[in-house]
Amino acid sequence: MSEAATHHDDHHGHHPSGIKRWLTTTNHKDIGTLYLIFALVMFFIGGAMAMIIRLELFQPGLQFVEPQFFNSMTTMHALVMIFGAVMPAWTGFANWMIPMMIGAPDMALPRLNNWSFWILPFAFTLLLSTLFMPGGSPAGGWTMYPPLVLQTGDAFPFLIFAVHFMGASSIAGAINVIVTVFNMRAPGMTLMKLPLFVWTWIITAFLLIASIPVLAGAVTMLLTDKFFGTAFFSAAGGGDPVMFQHIFWFFGHPEVYILILPAFGIISAIVPTFARKPLFGYSSMVYASAAIAFLSFIVWAHHMFTVGMPLAGELFFMYTTVLIAVPTGVKVFNWVATMWQSSMTFEVPMLFSLAFIVLFTIGGFSGLMLGVTPVDFQYHDTYFVVAHFHYVLVTGAVFSLMAATYFWLPKWTGHMYDETLGKWHFWLSTISVNVLFFPQHFLGLAGMPRRIPDYAVQFTDFNTMSSIGGFVFGISQILFVIVIVKCVKGGAKASDQVWEGAHGLEWTLPSPPPYHSFSVPPEPSTIEGGMR
Amino acid sequence: MNAPELRAANRRTVTKLLIATCVMFGFGYALVPLYNVFCEITGLNGKTGRLSAEAADVLTVDESRLVTVEFVTNVSADMPWAFRPVVAKMQVHPGAENLAYFEASNEAQWAITGNAVPSVSPSKASRYFNKTECFCFTQQALDAGETRTMPVRFVVDPKLPQDVDVLTLGYTFFESLNTSATADDDEPRS
Repeated sequence: MSEAATHHDDHHGHHPSGIKRWLTTTNHKDIGTLYLIFALVMFFIGGAMAMIIRLELFQPGLQFVEPQFFNSMTTMHALVMIFGAVMPAWTGFANWMIPMMIGAPDMALPRLNNWSFWILPFAFTLLLSTLFMPGGSPAGGWTMYPPLVLQTGDAFPFLIFAVHFMGASSIAGAINVIVTVFNMRAPGMTLMKLPLFVWTWIITAFLLIASIPVLAGAVTMLLTDKFFGTAFFSAAGGGDPVMFQHIFWFFGHPEVYILILPAFGIISAIVPTFARKPLFGYSSMVYASAAIAFLSFIVWAHHMFTVGMPLAGELFFMYTTVLIAVPTGVKVFNWVATMWQSSMTFEVPMLFSLAFIVLFTIGGFSGLMLGVTPVDFQYHDTYFVVAHFHYVLVTGAVFSLMAATYFWLPKWTGHMYDETLGKWHFWLSTISVNVLFFPQHFLGLAGMPRRIPDYAVQFTDFNTMSSIGGFVFGISQILFVIVIVKCVKGGAKASDQVWEGAHGLEWTLPSPPPYHSFSVPPEPSTIEGGMR
Repeated sequence: MNAPELRAANRRTVTKLLIATCVMFGFGYALVPLYNVFCEITGLNGKTGRLSAEAADVLTVDESRLVTVEFVTNVSADMPWAFRPVVAKMQVHPGAENLAYFEASNEAQWAITGNAVPSVSPSKASRYFNKTECFCFTQQALDAGETRTMPVRFVVDPKLPQDVDVLTLGYTFFESLNTSATADDDEPRS
């Protein structure tokens, strides 16, 4: 897509080429591309770690790796996937799509935009370099609970500073999105006409600004506890390790909505396109997203029901948690109502979106089960939790990222992707991901704990099944890269609208869009309300 | 919006968002005192109350009720101390002042300063457990091989919920983070 984009830049004479172009670029499309490529690379690095985990768990006993290294893998897999793959991928989509969706020429703060991307390679160099350090990578879990995390060896300060850098990057990205949408919308693009992807991203950006600084504070406290003699989390000095869990999850729960809210926007763009009907209940979608964001700040302790809380606290967090099902249900029903009596076709973006709706809802249901305090005491820290968050993050966030990639790839490159290969990718992924994660529900209910390299023999069959699913899912993702590379290199010419039912400003631009689009704001008459 | 106007608007929005970011960073730290206040109000974490000896004298003793107070002791990992209650449990009347002794010995070849952290369970009862004197209020410095018997004076509040008839007072000794500090200049803990 990069070559395609540069051809349209002839009238801008001298801009650096080669590596310097990418280092110094302030163009939202270039930076979007960088983010997306970075996220894809991280997806494979984190995926490789998951393969090691599933390989070790293929059968009971210790076969391939040391327990310490296994724990490093679970910790690093989570950090890489959350902060390296999903979050940068969303920022990449925001960069590419938001200016084109709201009729703006670029992001509001292009230089900051360049910085917020280029911090990331440094952050992940710090984090991944710990794999080669004496004492190994962080192995105390991505949640970094003290006192365990304080036993991390040389890797500890690298972990903390990597988290600081990732946080700075995403706060900068969030500020950029908010400023762009608030100040740079084309005339006539009122807030309630914004595409839902823009809406959900705005809400995500506010969640980022409200929650990431709290994480920064928490990891700074860990750092000073370890090196500067403070005792925030050390009982010996009057601190309390449980307090870390409260502070961490005050960040951590909004974080899971940071990962999933943009996905809701994606699905709300794709389903109406392939159903050829306007989105059902546009404004209720906006309000539901805002309600989810608000609730995300008052449910954090459901991650720690077993830590010891007054009964009133357990009840409060249980009720607020279960309450989130209401706005989420509104969204699912709206998508279903959009499809009701529509003329649907099933291209790859739509297939991934449909899989998202079904499988994310399964993840939501297991979330409801976990939200009920008395049963959470059984499920806590078992594979049931692992199954739950992989249903919402893999078949939720990652599937919607794939849907979005297939949806806009023709717009970005000007070529249609290979539909047959895309369908292979979809079906292999969808089947294998269920083989991978569904048995983990049963393992968890039977009592298999998370984050262990070995297990009792009665768990063997489901683990073997899960591992086979994992390997097939991992290999299937190579197809994804093949489809993308093929599409960038060539393919059938894509029209400007690309999809018959596509509506929105980005589809009024040529495919691929010129390097500088909407230098002149679009005519207000071309702006359609909501999703139509 | 023309270019200078847009630039000014962008600057305003960025300033507001940066302030919000800094406020939330501060909020992360503000959670530390907030958490302690919250624990004290709710009795969460078994944080016990503290009472002056004068205030303890004016409490009326409830002779009709007997509550069992059990003592549990722990020493944090790698700390070469032995630590035990002199009596394992006692029966007390709510409102009456009681005295219990604990014995700590430093089994190491060098001096060690320790902090004892108290905890009462069940946590809903911890607010009603008040100490007027405790070795946990200060740090305890023990020379190599030294053994010390340490008193705790406590009062169980007569308002203790009726369904609680057994209280467990636990102490854990941690090696002091700043062993150089003397016992006097330390902030008392409750």
